Amino acid sequence: MTASQPAAADPRPEVLEISGLCVEYGEGPQAVRAVIDVDLVLHRGEVVGLAGESGSGKSTLAYGATRLLRPPGVITGGSVLFHPDRDRPELTIDLLDAGIDELRRLRWQELAIVLQSAMNALNPVLTVETQLNDTLAAHLPGSTRASRRERAVELLGLVGINPDRLRSYPHELSGGMKQRVMIAMALALEPQVVIMDEPTTALDVVTQREILEQVIELRDSLGFSVLFITHDLSLLLELADRIAVMYAGRLVETAGARQLFAAPRHPYTAGLLASFPSLHGERHVMTGIPGSPPDLRNPPPGCPFHPRCGFAEPQCRQVMPPLAAPHPLAGDRLVACWLQDGRPDRPGVVARPEPPARPAGRMATGPVQP
Amino acid sequence: MAYLGRRIGFYLVTAWAAITINFFIPRLMPGNPVQILLSRLSGNGELTPRMVHDLTIAFGLNTKTGLLGQYGQYWVQLFHGNLGTSVTYYPSTVAQVVATALPWTVILIGTATVIAYVIGTVLGTLSAWRRGSVLDGLLPATTFLYAMPLFWLALVAIELFGVRLHWFPTSGGETQGIPIAFTGQFLSSAVDHSILPAGVIVVTLVAGPLLGMRNMMVTTLNQDYVLVAQAKGLSQRRVMVMYAARNAILPTIANFALSLGFVVSGALLVEIVFSYPGIGYILLQAVSNEDYPLMQAIFLIIVLAVLVANLLADLVYVVLDPRSRQEA
Amino acid sequence: MATPYGATPPAADAGELTPVATQSVHLRRHWRRYPFKVILGFGLLAAMVLMAVIGPFVAPYDPTAIGPDVLAAPSAAHLLGTTNTGQDVLSQLLVGARVTLLVGFGAGAVATVLSVIVGISAGYYGGAGGELLSMLTNIFLIIPLLPLLVVLTAFLPGAGSLIVAVVISLTAWAWGARVLRAQTLTLRKSDFVQAARAAGERGWRIILFEILPNELAIVASSFLFTVITAILTDAGLIFLGLGDTSQWSWGAILFWAQNNEALGTGAWWWFVPPGLCIALTGTSLALINFGIDELINPSLRAAGLSRKTSRAMTTGQGLTPVRRAERADLTAASGARR
Repeated sequence: MTASQPAAADPRPEVLEISGLCVEYGEGPQAVRAVIDVDLVLHRGEVVGLAGESGSGKSTLAYGATRLLRPPGVITGGSVLFHPDRDRPELTIDLLDAGIDELRRLRWQELAIVLQSAMNALNPVLTVETQLNDTLAAHLPGSTRASRRERAVELLGLVGINPDRLRSYPHELSGGMKQRVMIAMALALEPQVVIMDEPTTALDVVTQREILEQVIELRDSLGFSVLFITHDLSLLLELADRIAVMYAGRLVETAGARQLFAAPRHPYTAGLLASFPSLHGERHVMTGIPGSPPDLRNPPPGCPFHPRCGFAEPQCRQVMPPLAAPHPLAGDRLVACWLQDGRPDRPGVVARPEPPARPAGRMATGPVQP
Repeated sequence: MAYLGRRIGFYLVTAWAAITINFFIPRLMPGNPVQILLSRLSGNGELTPRMVHDLTIAFGLNTKTGLLGQYGQYWVQLFHGNLGTSVTYYPSTVAQVVATALPWTVILIGTATVIAYVIGTVLGTLSAWRRGSVLDGLLPATTFLYAMPLFWLALVAIELFGVRLHWFPTSGGETQGIPIAFTGQFLSSAVDHSILPAGVIVVTLVAGPLLGMRNMMVTTLNQDYVLVAQAKGLSQRRVMVMYAARNAILPTIANFALSLGFVVSGALLVEIVFSYPGIGYILLQAVSNEDYPLMQAIFLIIVLAVLVANLLADLVYVVLDPRSRQEA
Repeated sequence: MATPYGATPPAADAGELTPVATQSVHLRRHWRRYPFKVILGFGLLAAMVLMAVIGPFVAPYDPTAIGPDVLAAPSAAHLLGTTNTGQDVLSQLLVGARVTLLVGFGAGAVATVLSVIVGISAGYYGGAGGELLSMLTNIFLIIPLLPLLVVLTAFLPGAGSLIVAVVISLTAWAWGARVLRAQTLTLRKSDFVQAARAAGERGWRIILFEILPNELAIVASSFLFTVITAILTDAGLIFLGLGDTSQWSWGAILFWAQNNEALGTGAWWWFVPPGLCIALTGTSLALINFGIDELINPSLRAAGLSRKTSRAMTTGQGLTPVRRAERADLTAASGARR
């Protein structure tokens, strides 16, 4: 595969740079390799969607990168560089090497997480105010009680919740409200990176919409980056600037959101897209992806997707395809598939023409499409 | 407050059940308990007609009124605080005897249980927080202590610390001769006498809350809100106490109440071994002397005391868990 | 009498235990794969049971036979010394094992059966009947066992071991019933039970084939607990002179020891061994119980990490360990990176 020309690189500075990250569960020969050699970069103000089935490693990636993974998770390789200020490289820190005190300082102040539908993410025995206060007090040692309270009210206002709710307990809030409180809490210290792990999965579609719009609004006004993890690819179309697709612990494709939807390059991505019905356009027969994800303890040789791929070739069964730019397109798309080696006879579903560049609305600050 | 209401209702039912059991027990006995009692009592001194009357009601010789009537009369008696006259401590009434012994027991068992719970909870929390540390060795050790007969441990303790090492007195609640009052002399002697029995109880009881707390902490530490608390960069202590332990302790408190019944059983034996002048000791005296009114009264008092303790634990639970205050 | 709280699965109270499907709780093949404490527990228990079974046959003396050596310290002739009437303590211990363990396990078995019936029915059937059963359970739970037994045995003179065992089984079931009820309530809402009900399976069949297999670990745990309680209660009762002191049991040895001033004369060999045996039996059961706890609640196990790695981080800190190992099979980096 030819190397890509670094055309149309994102002009915004990098904030989080994950290189070669490897995460395993357990140790020794029984260990399960959940994340294998993943590179991912998050730019300032960017929304990157991380998509994949359950068990693809997307959550593991996010939690591993922030060192929040529970035992028996172990990080076995790579680096996670956090650049608080690209103009001052001496401040850059590798999260994997940092000590607990340093991490504690960074946590929340620079890196926040919003968990799946806040069902259980709020402490049931403390009021909302106490939990917000905790966050502020931990990182702003000089603040007064009154100032923290003011800030708490301000934060709830950001997400459209009545300040009376400060005295409520989590069980007194609806699912949507709890999620909003989580988001408010995440933004309390104005972090640079917010990781959202399936934040709307357990909510109804109307609330889902509201929450997502809220997130976009806040991102536009506050300028943080978002790593949005979901299995629902259709959400990412409107939300994300760039999308990374994971399968069996590896990245199989990354591209701008519009590009990915209009012209997927990996058969898995194409399969995922075909699994979601669209509300408009003509009806076509739904095709899922036959088979099931591989057993991570015993992955198949070669490309992990080949048992389920309709276009698998002998080479796919033996050698792992590298993640590289597909020929002949330049740009910052990457895909890991032998089909994209420039041959003229690629299957149609992964050979659609690139969509034209389009400056528009939310994605105006996104990477310029070729 | 539906939760509290239900609990109170339950306690009332249990109290009623205990009183009713108490009513029926002497009537189940083979032979005639009243005769036995009367002959024992008359051996001690004059029987007043009042006492005979009370006993008749208590034991159902009053065949004229029928069972339901007797039951009613029994309740009336109870409400007047009339529990009969004691054989063993004649001519004191049972109420008097119990009133003298009860404070000793409540203080000993109450304090020992609270101490055991505090220690157990703290150690359980720490041992779950630092898995794989030396604290893990606590588990088998305390389990061994918990599985051993309480009275036997008491015997060993007396032998070791009392007889051999002479560190503590071996029996009694206080040194004879010192009048019972809030004087320093009395109090220090009382404390001195209670250290060994309390120590035995604490050492044996600790395993329960320790294990419960540890297990619950392990489950709690896997919860999302603990992950979020860690991600927020809160201090370790805050996460451990306010986020993890505060949630993990709830089942322990709920259990505390119910296990009190078992605690009381064991603690009574300890009293007996130490000749500590509490309810347990009195119970044994009553049994040896076939003092039925006293026995029944003690049983009743024990049950009622356990119910009250349960109620207190419930109050604590309601304060700690905001979800229970929700109207169902 | 120690309390049985704590060692039964806490999650039953939290109501959050995900039901463990029968298949996944498979027993490990090789005994060495089990944690040490479980092996120790089984070992101790086996020793005690052995004592109970062959005890009367290997006892060197007749336990009741009096002899010339009074209050003798342990020696070659009397491995555990003698009582104040020259009886051999070791023989008493060996012979007494049988009654003690029989009463304990017998009462434990009956109580467990009762707890299963009451607990699961209360949990599954719900409604007024379930509430009633639940109330009954709580009543029996609150009433302290020993005082009740003391009063009962005082009023019913001549209570032999059998009566004591019966009374214990009629009251000790309450704890297990409570735990099982809580668990059944949770399981009743689970998918596979709902599916069975929707398919029209009869109630008792669902209980027997869907619910019970998932609760076996709890039943086993509650059985072990009840046995401990039964042994301790029985011993306590006999020690007080209220049980059957004519038969030889470990509690009886303690009774005679206490009443013959073993304490005062420093004859530790008389009262230490029986209590120790009771304690060891109880400990063995508790250790086995730990093993069951870990089977039910996998997070209680040592989290699947080597000691070294798990020492490197404390669970509470929320810090994933980093161990950059050399991986020869790392996939070759793709050509173009950012």
